[in-house]
Amino acid sequence: MIYTPIIGLEIHIEPNTKSKMFCACPQDHFGKKPNSQTCPICLGLPGSLPFTNREAINKTIKLGLALGSKISEFSKFYRKHYFYPDLPKGFQTSQKDEVLCLGGSLFGKRINHIHLEEDAGKLMHVNNQSLVDFNRSGCALIELVTEPDFHSTDEVLAFTKELQLIARYLDISNADMEKGTMRLEANISMLNAKNSNAKLPDYKVELKNINSFKFLEKAINAEIVRQESELSKGRKIIQETRGYDENKKTTFSQRVKEGSEDYRYFPEADLPPIEIGELKIKNLKLKIPELPQAKRERFQDIYKLSKDYIEILVSDLNRANYFEDVIANGMKQPRLRSLHSLHSFAMTVANLMINKHLDTDYPEPAGLARKIIELEDRSYESAENTEEAVRQVLQTNPEIIKKYQNGQTQVLSFLIGQVQKILRGSGNPKLIGDLLKSKLEK
Amino acid sequence: MSKSKLTKSDVLHVAKLSNLKLTDEEVSRYSDQLSKIVDYISELSNVDTTGIKPVYQTTGLINVLREDEVNTTNILPTNAALSGTDNTKNDLFVVKKILTNN
Amino acid sequence: MNIPLTIKETQDGLKSKKFSAVELVDAYFSQIKKYNDEYNIFLTLTEDSAYKKAKEADKILSNKDIEILSEKPLIGVTASYKDIFLTKGVRTTAGSNILNNFIPPYSATSVLKMENAGAITIGKANCDAFAHGASGENSDYKATLNPWNKSYVPGGSSSGSAASVSANMSLVSLGSDTGGSVRQPASFCNLVGLKPTYGAISRYGVIAMSSSLDTVGTFAHTIDDIEIIFDVLRGQDGFDGNVIDFEKKSFDKNSKIKLGVAKEYFGKGLDSEVEGKIEEAIKIYERLGVEIVEVSLPHTKYGVSVYYIIQPAEVSSNLGRFDGIRYGNDRSFFGDEAKRRIMLGSYVLSAGYYDAYYEKALKVRTKMVEDFNRVFSHVDAIISPVSPSTPFKLGENASNPLKMYLEDVYTTTANIVGIPGLSVPFGFSKNELPIGFQLLGPRFSEHRLFEIGRMFHKEINYKPRVAL
Repeated sequence: MIYTPIIGLEIHIEPNTKSKMFCACPQDHFGKKPNSQTCPICLGLPGSLPFTNREAINKTIKLGLALGSKISEFSKFYRKHYFYPDLPKGFQTSQKDEVLCLGGSLFGKRINHIHLEEDAGKLMHVNNQSLVDFNRSGCALIELVTEPDFHSTDEVLAFTKELQLIARYLDISNADMEKGTMRLEANISMLNAKNSNAKLPDYKVELKNINSFKFLEKAINAEIVRQESELSKGRKIIQETRGYDENKKTTFSQRVKEGSEDYRYFPEADLPPIEIGELKIKNLKLKIPELPQAKRERFQDIYKLSKDYIEILVSDLNRANYFEDVIANGMKQPRLRSLHSLHSFAMTVANLMINKHLDTDYPEPAGLARKIIELEDRSYESAENTEEAVRQVLQTNPEIIKKYQNGQTQVLSFLIGQVQKILRGSGNPKLIGDLLKSKLEK
Repeated sequence: MSKSKLTKSDVLHVAKLSNLKLTDEEVSRYSDQLSKIVDYISELSNVDTTGIKPVYQTTGLINVLREDEVNTTNILPTNAALSGTDNTKNDLFVVKKILTNN
Repeated sequence: MNIPLTIKETQDGLKSKKFSAVELVDAYFSQIKKYNDEYNIFLTLTEDSAYKKAKEADKILSNKDIEILSEKPLIGVTASYKDIFLTKGVRTTAGSNILNNFIPPYSATSVLKMENAGAITIGKANCDAFAHGASGENSDYKATLNPWNKSYVPGGSSSGSAASVSANMSLVSLGSDTGGSVRQPASFCNLVGLKPTYGAISRYGVIAMSSSLDTVGTFAHTIDDIEIIFDVLRGQDGFDGNVIDFEKKSFDKNSKIKLGVAKEYFGKGLDSEVEGKIEEAIKIYERLGVEIVEVSLPHTKYGVSVYYIIQPAEVSSNLGRFDGIRYGNDRSFFGDEAKRRIMLGSYVLSAGYYDAYYEKALKVRTKMVEDFNRVFSHVDAIISPVSPSTPFKLGENASNPLKMYLEDVYTTTANIVGIPGLSVPFGFSKNELPIGFQLLGPRFSEHRLFEIGRMFHKEINYKPRVAL
């Protein structure tokens, strides 16, 4: 392939505030009766005025802090003018200069900025009519704009999924693509790899209305394929907005852009500006929990779980917390301590959660710890049978053994799992671990 | 003598930005009147504003923020929200068909 | 009955049972029926609710005694509203055909505050469409005539509001002042008019013209009445984030009041009769022991230019919502002046012109703020003309928008800088047309301006007069 994809993202996240951005209507509009959650402000009635939601600002700053952005000391809102039937005021209150958060990065991809704005209503096309529901109008909306640092769909997916997870960890949004609380636009162009003094391509295609991760992958791949094929035929790519057609598995043109739009931005005089002091930033920083990447590393260091297990636990903050609560509770109990090392207990807990879903059966962490004691106290397989199982496992997994001996000690969990499989889960984990280790370290 | 001439095409461009449709007569009249006005307001270029910060609001207020609470008393019942027009269908506002190539 | 011309006389009459509130409302409506068709003052009358409110007032006054005034300081006071104040359930047109059928689902904060204070709403007053104008001639519902002389304009854009009070169809009225739209018609109709500090009174529910300049203003026959209404209206409502609550500031009894006279306000373009009247007023103040100080506001001459950039820019933005989808008619219903301002505003904001016009105007605005801050560091208030001339004839400026814009030369600065201005009536010209002057003070100095105005009216033994 002689073309490298150059992709930049614009990601919108609806924060989970109680009320909208500039009025006190409910922010949560999903599945609500049409036009049942509007007021003079978000319906753009004459005479109405906006009033800024403090929490929306805080949530945006939290996201910025989590991603290493610089938080502006001084920030303000602008009016961005364009006419569209779902935009009730003829302008969107957004930000331009002096946005809340500048810079930052995630997975090595640079973030240009993060700003706060209001959402538009929802336009639907039924038969030959367009219909508008303004329940979403005026909802708070965080927009994150990246630099064009992505070169593959996988990178985009990884970034977006991690961002979703961070949003959930920060409790700023559920960032659910299917529900529209996270929306993605990708600006895609292709760079000729032969053109080694690589400047960015002189066009970009905006891919819009991506509403699931699955869709995202397909749509971006389809667009990359399309652009590659056009370029290899020597054609020029038109600067435009495209959507993805699930049935035809191709992207289609939605709107050709005529030069850059003239939004006639100017500062919103109805909204006094925002000053963000160091104290405020300090206080918000204190509210930032351990983020997913740090948790992954810690789970690796402390519990030595397999990557898959870690990912399953870390991808759901509630389960990750539950897991650690069970560990903390269990390790306080002499009976469990006598049976388990921290590692083997962690393995047992993770195993019961992930493979047996016992966390749903025992909503209280202490309950699962008790259950484990109960299970352990049932007679374990005999030492003889256990030894036999260990022998079998070692015999059938020479590569894993090599890995272990090369220092990848985390494969131990895998081996324990295999032994338990043979013993249908009735082996004494501590015994299995000890046996495996003594054989492996011979 | 008008220095800041707004041509008819300028007027049409601005009318498009403003979502206004003008008659030919209006285009030529506005071209003339707006040129005179723009010419007058161009006197501001005589004022030295080096190093001056723009004032876009005179109150000096900062951080006027609302607590994040829903106030149901300000919410319009659906029929009140829709009361300004007859052009509704199933509690939705009907607008001119928006074209997409889908 | 003889309709009283002040709040106090009205309430004294009601309390002493000289007349009932219902009789009072009768008297106003009979005046309206007699003259409204001729002068085009009201666009919508709210007779039913006015009588209901009057009956309520009569009932309250018969049950309780005097204490009611602290709770309902405007009981029995008739009020009209410029038709850009939203009134729930009552048609609100903004003087434009775009909204000829618009029935708002909510009311402006100031209307609610007036009604909670006991005011009786008489109706909605004519105005220049979307408050664009200085004569009332831009109304899509025929121009309002000046009650003092039908051939002349009543001033604008709060034309109907001013005319309703001077024609004795309402005791007080609310208007809006974005560049002089209360002070100039007050002056043209022999009334007191207040343009408050930006941020003193909530703008919620008042159809926005220019968001950084708009203020809710008041018309009455006396400064006392203006003060009562101002104290009812001011303060936060949770909807206008630019409003702050503030303490009333009065003068120390022994302090000598200093009144500034800006040299830039006199000379070229100012009608000699108006100039003479201001000089006369200055002499009266000197006689009262006020120290007259010559001051300089060097950037004031750019006021009209700054104003005619910021204001149309904000107009172009604020009128964007009128698309005919959720309410009102579509954009083809905009009148000539609205279209002109929308286009001028879009132009000064458009790519390539923003810095030269819009941003430049905001910088000159800074210089004007600095001018006023400097002057107010050594004077208490500034005395100035309101309009360069006495009322002009209908049609006189109609074909020349720039000339009409220059009418605003003395009034726009207060809006640009955000300070209060009080239009004080002071007699009549040779051909019997009203003349007034204005007092400008620092932000939130309204109560001091009232004192300075009141000492003048006391000195000249000012008596309110109505035209009809």
